[in-house]
Amino acid sequence: MNMKPNMMGAPLSKQALMNQINEASFAIDEVLLFLDTHPNDMAALDYYRNAVSVRRQAMDIYQSQFGPLMADGVYGNRWNWINDPWPWEGGC
Amino acid sequence: MWRYEKKLQYPVNIKEPNAKLAKYIISQYGGPDGEINASLRYLSQRYTMPHGMQKAVLTDIGTEELAHMEMIAAIVHQLTRGLSAEELEAQGFAPYYIDHTAAIWPQAAGGVPLNANQFQSKGDPITDLFENLAAEQKARTTYDNILRVVSDPDVCDPIRFLRKREIIHFQRFGEALRDLQDKLDSRNFYAFNPSFDKKPAAPKAF
Ligand SMILES: [Fe+2]
Repeated sequence: MNMKPNMMGAPLSKQALMNQINEASFAIDEVLLFLDTHPNDMAALDYYRNAVSVRRQAMDIYQSQFGPLMADGVYGNRWNWINDPWPWEGGC
Repeated sequence: MWRYEKKLQYPVNIKEPNAKLAKYIISQYGGPDGEINASLRYLSQRYTMPHGMQKAVLTDIGTEELAHMEMIAAIVHQLTRGLSAEELEAQGFAPYYIDHTAAIWPQAAGGVPLNANQFQSKGDPITDLFENLAAEQKARTTYDNILRVVSDPDVCDPIRFLRKREIIHFQRFGEALRDLQDKLDSRNFYAFNPSFDKKPAAPKAF
C-alpha cells in the first residue's frame, strides 16, 4: 500500500489532504470486511493498522485547518459544522 | 449507533445535469435491489446471526450500504440540480417532479415506491446469507444495466465504484456462509436452525 503518513515537509493542500483521507478511509472499509472473514490474517491486520494511523493523522490536520468531518471534529470557537458544502453538493 | 461523517465514501462531482439519467439511477436508491433495501436487509438480519463473524459482516456491510445510499442520492441530486420545470419535463422527469419537485424520494426507476416486501429477514442464517448473495448479484446487474445507458464519465465513475463493491460484498457473504456451514452438522446443514432451536435436534427425521 502506498500510503505515507504526512509527518513533516510541505503542508498538504485541502484537496490533497481530502484525497489522503478518502484513500485511507476506503482502505479501512475494504480491509475491515476482509478481516471479518479472515480474522487470523496478520498481513491484513498490519494493513489495517497502517491505514488507521494514516487516516487518524490526516483527519486531525484536515479538521483543525479546514473544518469538521465528524461531529467531534469542531476545533475552533465557531460552530462550523453547519458550513457548506455538504457531501452531496460536490466539491468534497 | 452510528455517527455521521461529512464526506462521501467515494466522490461525486457531476458537472452536467441530466434528469433522464436521474430517473434511472434513483432505482439504486429506492428500487428493489437498491442500497436502502440492502442496508435494511443486512442490519435487520444481524440480530438472528449465531456467530460473531456473521454479525460483523452484516453490521459492516449494512453500514457501508448506508454510505452507498448517500452516494446514489448525491448522484440523483446533482443530475437534477438547477433544472427548470420545462427542462425536467423535456428530460422525462415530469411525473416525478409533480410529486417530489427536485427532492430525493425512494422509488424504483418505474416509479414503484420502496417496500420492505422486496427483501427478507427470515431468521435462519443459511437462508438469509443465500438471500444476501443473490441481493449483491441483483444490485451488480442493475449497475451493469445503468452503465449501458450512461456515457457521462462523471456519472460512470462512481457507478463503477458501487458496482465493484457489490462483487466484494458477494465474496464476503460467501465466506461468511462457508464459515457458518463449517460450524454446523456436516451430515445435514438443516438438522436444526442455529438461530432458533435450543439445541441440535437428533439427526434422524429430516
Ligand atoms: Fe452491497
